[in-house]
Amino acid sequence: MSMTSLDYGKYAIFIWPALAVTAAVLAWMVADSLLRARYWQKKVQVLEAARAQPGEKPAP
Amino acid sequence: MFQALANPQRFMAFSRWAAPVLAVIAAGLLGWGLWLSFSAPEDYQQGATVRLMFIHVPAAYMAMFCYACLGAASLVGLVFRHVLADAAARACAPLGAGFTALALITGMLWGRPMWGTWWVWDARVTSVLVLFLFYIGYMALQAAIDDETRAARASGILALVGLINLPIIKFSVDWWNTLHQPASVFRKGGPSLPPEFLWPLGVMALAYMALFGALWLVRIRAEVWRKRAQSLALQAAG
Amino acid sequence: MSGLWILFRRELGQTWGRGGGPVLALTFFACVATLLPLAVGASPARLASVAPGAAWLALALASLLSLERLFERDFEDGTLDLLALGPAPLEAVALAKGLAQWLANGAPLALLAPVVAVALGAGLSLVPMIFTSALIGGLGLSFTGGIGAALSLGSRRGGVLIAVIVLPLFAPPVIFGAGVIDAYASGLDWRPALSFLSAYSLAALALGPLAMAAACRNALS
Repeated sequence: MSMTSLDYGKYAIFIWPALAVTAAVLAWMVADSLLRARYWQKKVQVLEAARAQPGEKPAP
Repeated sequence: MFQALANPQRFMAFSRWAAPVLAVIAAGLLGWGLWLSFSAPEDYQQGATVRLMFIHVPAAYMAMFCYACLGAASLVGLVFRHVLADAAARACAPLGAGFTALALITGMLWGRPMWGTWWVWDARVTSVLVLFLFYIGYMALQAAIDDETRAARASGILALVGLINLPIIKFSVDWWNTLHQPASVFRKGGPSLPPEFLWPLGVMALAYMALFGALWLVRIRAEVWRKRAQSLALQAAG
Repeated sequence: MSGLWILFRRELGQTWGRGGGPVLALTFFACVATLLPLAVGASPARLASVAPGAAWLALALASLLSLERLFERDFEDGTLDLLALGPAPLEAVALAKGLAQWLANGAPLALLAPVVAVALGAGLSLVPMIFTSALIGGLGLSFTGGIGAALSLGSRRGGVLIAVIVLPLFAPPVIFGAGVIDAYASGLDWRPALSFLSAYSLAALALGPLAMAAACRNALS
């Protein structure tokens, strides 16, 4: 294994943006998936709680 | 395994631990793969830009792999009319579109120093662009039909049409333009890439795949909850 | 067979007779061709080099136009329900619709395509080849487009949606169709491209009705 070098010279302006874009897109995919799952899980919990106590109106 | 997972409750129990496990695997592989790609030697022709290969080529693999998953889920959904398969197909498309966009953007950033231009209308670039447009069309069709079951079936049919058409498109685009360098990883008689490049590439590809697996499961879970919330809301209203 | 013939006659009448028939698509084709020199410049050398390809592009766009009404008309007035209950399978209905679409829209466009290409500066020797490729390719465009039309039944924003679904699928016929003319013009062997184009159109003819019928059943369910 050779020395790890982070100095990419004239190619740095292509390599770092590519890494940044990759990180951004992957992070967006992770965040969107997790938030979506959490949102609907909460929704189900709220609705189920409302069904367990019929007196109250479910949250809109 | 498929039979067992076809039951939504069992799927939820399975994915509850499978998704985090896959996520941990993905994180580990991503760390290892990044370390390998940063420490890989420079290519004698491409210099430091060879490092772009380790994030670009796996994204391009995933663009196609996600489509294979989308097609398989759609086929199961259409043939067995299974709700979970429909949810899987629906959950797959945005991830596939994301990887395809990633492949296109990193490809442009690799093309500029290597070919001297951001964009070339060569066979592979054009095929991936068509694939991206196809993902968009798939999601647009799904969003434009209000009834969920009908939307799932219509987009499932479109996914199968695409499954037949995409190889034809690939062939036609290849025929149209055969200027690009031949595929260099899976070549007859063993891989032609030297091991110090093959390792980071392979590890990064596995990392992307594990990440996709984890996110796919999370999104299917979200779909299952969404369906549940909708039916609960209907019950409460009615 | 006679049932299929009746269906086909009916479809042909509908496509040919209503709303100006192919005139609208032909006019659209001519409009796109008129805008081209205005967009890329009127230099004959430049126009001639893009003429066959531009003719094919305009052809693909023009064949999208009438797709929106292909199934929607029958879907809205309930005819499609009757056809689904009738003795002929929906696959046969879809086949009749696709063939009628080809004859009533594709064939007139194929006749206009060489005129447009020559007006843009393509050589007269290309005329038979442009007509042949446009006619054969039109079959594939009709049946591939029909799938998009059937899939977007009952959706909001049918027209744009059909275009977005269908245009990526139009890549092979456009490539092979323009490839035939290109190869013929530069004296190369044009037969491979023409056989690929024919193969695509025949595959669309064979498989398109299956997908269209499945999509119609789904929309009716």
